[in-house]
Amino acid sequence: MTEVSVVKDAVPAADDLVVLKSVNKHFGALHVLQDIDLTITRGEVVVVIGPSGSGKSTLCRTINRLESIDSGDILIDGKPLPAEGKALARLRADVGMVFQSFNLFAHKTVLENVMLGQLKVRKTDKKQAEEKARSLLDRVGVGTQADKYPAQLSGGQQQRVAIARALAMDPKVMLFDEPTSALDPEMINEVLEVMQQLARDGMTMVVVTHEMGFARSAANRVVFMADGRIVEEAVPDQFFSNPRSDRAKDFLSKILHH
Amino acid sequence: MFDFLSNYNDPSFLGAFWTTVKLTVFSAVGSLILGTLLAAMRVSPVPLMRGFGAVYVNVVRNIPLTVIIVFTSLGLADIFRVTMGASGDVKLQAFRLALLGFVAYTAAFVCEALRSGINTVPVGQAEAARAIGLSFSQVLRIIVLPQAFRAVIGPLANVLIALTKNTTVAAAIGVAEAAYLMKGMIEKEAQTLLIGAIFAFGFVVLTLPTGLFLGWLSKRLAVKR
Repeated sequence: MTEVSVVKDAVPAADDLVVLKSVNKHFGALHVLQDIDLTITRGEVVVVIGPSGSGKSTLCRTINRLESIDSGDILIDGKPLPAEGKALARLRADVGMVFQSFNLFAHKTVLENVMLGQLKVRKTDKKQAEEKARSLLDRVGVGTQADKYPAQLSGGQQQRVAIARALAMDPKVMLFDEPTSALDPEMINEVLEVMQQLARDGMTMVVVTHEMGFARSAANRVVFMADGRIVEEAVPDQFFSNPRSDRAKDFLSKILHH
Repeated sequence: MFDFLSNYNDPSFLGAFWTTVKLTVFSAVGSLILGTLLAAMRVSPVPLMRGFGAVYVNVVRNIPLTVIIVFTSLGLADIFRVTMGASGDVKLQAFRLALLGFVAYTAAFVCEALRSGINTVPVGQAEAARAIGLSFSQVLRIIVLPQAFRAVIGPLANVLIALTKNTTVAAAIGVAEAAYLMKGMIEKEAQTLLIGAIFAFGFVVLTLPTGLFLGWLSKRLAVKR
């Protein structure tokens, strides 16, 4: 296998929102992230793809420090990611996260899920928080479900609530960790449509996904990872029609032709 | 047949059971608070707190309750002069010492029940809570513990029923609760079997509704996933 050198887009440094510099992480003996360098500019939609076990979910989770790193630097909006405590909590409030398994708070209603962060972290007053929560729920198309509990909703609805919950914090960047992987096929589109709309609205997004259609249509840049490394970065058209690395060609041939 | 019951005034039959109820309720509230704090320590990221929680639980739950209760009286009160703010009133002092012992002991069991409840809450719940910027204590208070409590209402009912019956140990240091009165009656009356049956029934009256109510509550509050 021939390694192809990673090509990066030249971007003005002032607009760099998320910067990872030679990030390394091990899970025991497994070197799951190897010298990761990645810069995400404001308003950019970056889709991370790659075979399972390539470290893409871990990469996504390091950005709000749900996973710690062994070495390297992560900067959000110019500031280094704090290790713990109040500063970390504050930073996490600015980084929205959507999980594969939705993780809506099971003992709270949909509305309470979307209000909680505003009330407890942003200290918004209750009326304002509810107004915002309801308008966000309408925006993702689940406004009528506001008073139900998460378990009463379909997977697609739950994931859209989870997106609303993250948006309620007015995040600078949204992280999506395989947001459609736990969904029944007919529900994938309703979630992707919400994400497409977000991307069009100019939200900065990092999306780990297997949805190549979404990558093609919504991404500004595709990052291909394998074995803990970023193997290739390119604009979607170029990546899908003319991948440079053998690893990416191999991966694409497996997922696109059947 | 039950005439002899009215011969007892210090404590009276109902008065003795009232003391049992008070011991149970106060101990339950106290141990719920202390047990929750201990559980929070046992899952805390601070090694010192985790260590303290683990040592406390493993020491306290392995000491016989009688030893703990007798120690509160002979040790805390007689040697260390801990009077629990009731130095003039022997009865009140005994009650409060026993209460202290029950809280300390039962908290270890509450802690472990709660900790198993915390383990039933999926990791994703805490991750999502951290991801929106909640602090460790907020994650625990707002997201994890409420779900953990609902999951362990059944086990906590067991602990509460055991506590109700354990309060009889307080008789050992002279607290005039139900078992104390029973012992007095058995010494003076001939109807030993009847006395045993009456007191057994008294405890069933206290614990059976508790168990049924908490069983219902546990189904009602169960978190659907």
